[in-house]
Amino acid sequence: MQVTTLHFRRKAAENLANDQLQRALGRLKERFVGARAEALQDLPDFAQLREAAAAIRQHTLDHLDHYLERFEAEVIARGGTVHWAEDAQAVQRLVVEIARQHSAQRVVKSKSMVTEECAVNDALEAAGVEVMETDLGEYILQLAHEPPSHIVAPVVHKNKEDVADLFAQHHRRPRQTGIAELCREAREILRPHFLAADMGISGANFVIAETGSALIVTNEGNGRLATTLPRVHVAITGIEKVVPTLDDVSLLLRLLPRSATGQSITNYVSVLTGPKGAHDLDGPEHFHVILVDNGRSALLGTELEPMLRCIRCGACMNHCPVYQSIGGHAYGWVYPGPMGAVLTPSLVGLAEAIDLPNASTFCGACAVVCPVKIPLPDLMRTLRVRQLQQNLRPWRERLALRLWAWCAQRPRLYALLTALGARLLHLLGGRRGLIHRLPFAGGWTAGRDFPAPAGRTFRELYRARQPR
Amino acid sequence: MIAARASILARIRRTRAGAPLARTPMSAPLPDLGADLFARFSDRARALASDVIGPVTLDRALTDLATYLNDRHLPLTAVCWPQLATRNWRAAGLRVEARAARGDDLVGISGAFCGIAETGTLMLLSGPETPASVSLLPETHVALLPVKRIVARMEDAWALARREHARLPRAVNFISGPSRTADIEQTVTLGAHGPYRVLIVLTRED
Repeated sequence: MQVTTLHFRRKAAENLANDQLQRALGRLKERFVGARAEALQDLPDFAQLREAAAAIRQHTLDHLDHYLERFEAEVIARGGTVHWAEDAQAVQRLVVEIARQHSAQRVVKSKSMVTEECAVNDALEAAGVEVMETDLGEYILQLAHEPPSHIVAPVVHKNKEDVADLFAQHHRRPRQTGIAELCREAREILRPHFLAADMGISGANFVIAETGSALIVTNEGNGRLATTLPRVHVAITGIEKVVPTLDDVSLLLRLLPRSATGQSITNYVSVLTGPKGAHDLDGPEHFHVILVDNGRSALLGTELEPMLRCIRCGACMNHCPVYQSIGGHAYGWVYPGPMGAVLTPSLVGLAEAIDLPNASTFCGACAVVCPVKIPLPDLMRTLRVRQLQQNLRPWRERLALRLWAWCAQRPRLYALLTALGARLLHLLGGRRGLIHRLPFAGGWTAGRDFPAPAGRTFRELYRARQPR
Repeated sequence: MIAARASILARIRRTRAGAPLARTPMSAPLPDLGADLFARFSDRARALASDVIGPVTLDRALTDLATYLNDRHLPLTAVCWPQLATRNWRAAGLRVEARAARGDDLVGISGAFCGIAETGTLMLLSGPETPASVSLLPETHVALLPVKRIVARMEDAWALARREHARLPRAVNFISGPSRTADIEQTVTLGAHGPYRVLIVLTRED
């Protein structure tokens, strides 16, 4: 997927002024935040459970080579094939090769962010293979030629009227606007594609080392269809998604759906191991797994390593005041919100995603809700430091910071300047103590008034209150 | 691609300083299920929009299932797991074919390997006698589950599978209610690409 993160500021501003998007984001916040809180009531001790979950993920990262090799050996023992991909181009090459090897003309896909990351659909289409997205949200996006704006609810930015328009235009059926009717229409349109497909592509929420299995969590059933009916199943996932055992994954599954959508469990959890046996009546004849690096291994051993614990629940974005205000598209790549603000610069390069580590108020909500204890604000701060060290920030900002640092090291000068500033702003505030337009900060005062200082600095007040 | 494998593993090993593989077991408190697993299972399954009948005898299960279909004006023709082929379907007024499901089957009848009380979940293992498509393609999925096959948690279900099977089957499917989507306006709609309704008939024998 193309990286358009350099347009972050412009897109954020556009999205803030987009009423329909603002309503949609309000809905997301209402539903997902509340549902998660309620679902966690079910667990006796969330803090301890996420401690255990983080430990499982960290242990696996500590021995990533061991568990990947064990996983590979188990897949091979069960008659499957494991492929390793350095980057997105390698994934594209592999998928096209697998399709050719099995003469696959028609592909159905279940939702997978890694395949978005690697633009798998474009590569298959260029090779003359028909690709259908089958998750309802992803299917709508495929019709609209848009990228996802949320990793769990990819089409959160659209309302039912948008979907009705798209369906009427593409399905040549009478336009319907009921949500249940739209869902049924998508089912009826997509069912023949499942039945006719030669190859199914899925992601994997986890791959399990002890059994060589790919695990997918889904609600719609499209993931099951795409991995049961076609002759070939290809699971594509990041190298960091491995976990040691079935019991480990059982623990993680208590947190993933609750954190994501507030469900105690998703409708379907499918653990898929190898191709079908000689006497099986259904299932794919060929089972391939593509393990994708694409920048992940470079994070190991660095301050950003905890990011690899991520289980892609989306709780950080659901709770982020910045994501809630600007939506996912502004972030310019597959992964939005706080996890994207760390992952995108880490995987595509800091220079390509200069605004993302700064797209945070550092309120810390993301770190509080993360089910695997990723210290997201700390990681964003690390990236901010690196930006500055690599001279990636705009010259004005660097100059301003240097000026401030110069003043801050001279206490008398600093006291003088802040005293002047406090008085000036106090005057600007007038009788009501509110500033309607602030010079150099018009963006801030465009939406609200700036409360004016009382006229004296903290240091002045402190000195005045010292006992003599 | 062999080169990719080697270089990815080499990059990983560069920073992994051979920490001991042994793990200190983490103890995390799990949800309290109460003493009655059957009650917990039924409550949770219903909360996730499955219909639950029973526990009843096996004969009664088939007639209750026929009544359920009749009441909802659903067809009395169904596809079932070959494992269930010898049940007395005809006596219950059902016309049943034992095979994998096709795109136009409307009712699918399966058994289940076990039920999980914690979440009200069915665990199904695929195999020659238990094809996965039967619980997936039809609009109505009926699962017959002996009540004594309800275990507490997913971990217990894995332990049971290890005891009874030499290796994992191709597909283990955990099913918790009818398929659903909330992609449009985060509004939950039952019946997406899989079944619109799931009926669990708990049985007393087997």
